[in-house]
Amino acid sequence: MSKYYLNYLDELESEAIYVLREVWAQFQNPVILFSGGKDSIVVTHLAKKAFFPSKIPFALMHVDTGHNFPETIKFRDDLINTLGVRLIVGSVQESIDTGRVAEEKGKNATRNALQITTLLDAIETNKVDCAIGGGRRDEEKARAKERFFSHRDDFGQWDPKHQRPELWNLFNGKHFEGEHFRAFPISNWTEMDVWNYIKRENIEIPSLYFAHEREVVWRNNSWIPHSEFLQLEENENIETKRIRFRTLGDITITGGIESEADTVEKIAQEVAAMRQTERGNRTDDKRSETAMEDRKKQGYF
Amino acid sequence: MLDNNQLLRFTTAGSVDDGKSTLIGRLLYDSKSIFEDQLEAIENTSKQKGHEGVDLALFTDGLRDEREQGITIDVAYRYFTTPKRKFIIADTPGHIQYTRNMVTGASTANAAIILVDARHGVIEQTKRHAFIASLLQIPHIIVCINKMDLVEFKEEAYNKVIAQFEEFSSKLLVKDVRFIPISALLGDNVVNRSENMDWYQGAPLLHTLETMHISSDINKVDARFPVQTVLRPQSEEYRDYRGYAGRVASGVFRKGDEITVLPSGFTSAIKSINAHDKELEEAFAPMSVSITLEDDIDISRGDMIARSNNKPEPSQDVEAMICWLHNDPAKPRAKYTIRHTSNEQKAMIKEVIYKIDINTLNRKPEDVDLGMNDICKVKIRTTKPLLIDSYRENRTTGSFILIDESTNETVAAGMVV
Repeated sequence: MSKYYLNYLDELESEAIYVLREVWAQFQNPVILFSGGKDSIVVTHLAKKAFFPSKIPFALMHVDTGHNFPETIKFRDDLINTLGVRLIVGSVQESIDTGRVAEEKGKNATRNALQITTLLDAIETNKVDCAIGGGRRDEEKARAKERFFSHRDDFGQWDPKHQRPELWNLFNGKHFEGEHFRAFPISNWTEMDVWNYIKRENIEIPSLYFAHEREVVWRNNSWIPHSEFLQLEENENIETKRIRFRTLGDITITGGIESEADTVEKIAQEVAAMRQTERGNRTDDKRSETAMEDRKKQGYF
Repeated sequence: MLDNNQLLRFTTAGSVDDGKSTLIGRLLYDSKSIFEDQLEAIENTSKQKGHEGVDLALFTDGLRDEREQGITIDVAYRYFTTPKRKFIIADTPGHIQYTRNMVTGASTANAAIILVDARHGVIEQTKRHAFIASLLQIPHIIVCINKMDLVEFKEEAYNKVIAQFEEFSSKLLVKDVRFIPISALLGDNVVNRSENMDWYQGAPLLHTLETMHISSDINKVDARFPVQTVLRPQSEEYRDYRGYAGRVASGVFRKGDEITVLPSGFTSAIKSINAHDKELEEAFAPMSVSITLEDDIDISRGDMIARSNNKPEPSQDVEAMICWLHNDPAKPRAKYTIRHTSNEQKAMIKEVIYKIDINTLNRKPEDVDLGMNDICKVKIRTTKPLLIDSYRENRTTGSFILIDESTNETVAAGMVV
């Protein structure tokens, strides 16, 4: 076989770097949507590689629900310092305080859907014309329809039935004032690819991904972390379990799995043997069959 | 999964009736790429709809409207991995009104799977799919003759399709065509070898996908490097650094190569090739790198670096096949933005030479209106020269899109003749 071919991880990396450079070239004020989860960490790492030896030319934007894992916030702040990039925070608490949104009520209340307003407000106030996300097409069926360059109208909405066709690697980021784009450099990566890449590149990730002891409550078929935001039902007990998180969202909706995987290698092995999808532990996706599509149309990540 | 495994992108063309969704479901299911919670959801839906057993086709449903109407509206991408390769499926709808989606899915594919119903043989839709695969120069075509279980697994049905296909494909430009008799519903020759068709000596579909040679799918001869952006770090350490960032479109560049920058025509030599903090001896397609040159020349986005002894042809007059992708028809002599590699110019469709009837493959010189899903040969004039190769030689530097300036919509996909 000829030596002139790339392996799958190199090809995915090359594609993602190409997308990031295309974003930089086609937009005035792009940002990376940074959640502190592994996907946005990988996107940030790729941006570092894409523009080396220059600094990452984008700010990182974090939509802060106020319901955070403290570990996530520390990780975010450390990363910002190391990279020397600007951080923009959109605060859901502020959106609630100013009356832009109302807090959900009841036991299963979360701030997940409220993030949409905060995100769109932050995009508008900061005059962001492209928000780069770590969304992957393998995550969820509505995300399987995403383009690399995905148009949002002036209300921030996605219209999945009338998307611009995307051919070859020719991306069309043209837009009118007030509209913006979402760009997804790791569209073609799977959860396994992300872990293999983290392992290969030795990328630092929050401790929450590794097996650790934590106080949790069994709810909706997964271990929900105990926190000040959790309202306990009568029949629910707080237990201490050795768990890790497969995805990181806000603390009220992210379920952990019991695991002994305390290194990236062990996680990669565990993920390879998994028989459940990664978002299976996310209560935000379980609300209905088309929960993700419905939120995405309104402007969700 | 081994570290040197390659990535293969393929597209599946066909309608629900051909068993396309069932085939994809079968590939994912038998290669153990489906998770338990996905399977559970599909089992529930199958029961609700009153299907017997698990309807594998439901795996490919995406948007709400698609689930309700039972059709695929838009290209959806699916992923699976075997111990030999990683695969990306561009699942494209097969209905006539969705030519644009097929073209989209085909544009990046190494291989196309074309489904033929063994009972009906080659029909107009098959020809349309094969034509688009050849127009987009997909390097490998796999014709899956499906529903063999409904023709008692007989070899005659298989041979008939081959004969029919070869008769009309002689008019097309396809390099590598293979035929596999399958039953997506029962799993014959998809992942596992069929026990019902001893007469078939070839490999099952998955094995074919895992082993076909794809390293030569990208042009490795003509070195082309479209500049995406210029890296000029503001730090002390790299004060004099001027890196041209981009993705090698084709060919191989080596340190020390004599190069010409187009369209200016200035020449220089490659001083270094970098991938992040690593310095490389050479870079080949499709690597993303940054290149520095021995001389300080004015280079910006849209320029192209090529080896001095092998350069693309700068041209303002381009003959191309285009596929119209938008509801609004082309306006005669209207100006469009043409995007070719990282370059953008104004362009005008000067002349429509002929339209292709994609059912008969006949040329219709008298029909020159360009509407949604039409495929035509045209003459385009640009305000400044484009650095083009023919699409047949180079899928990256031979392709372009047209953008309507009044709506910003992508309205056409073009392939340089």
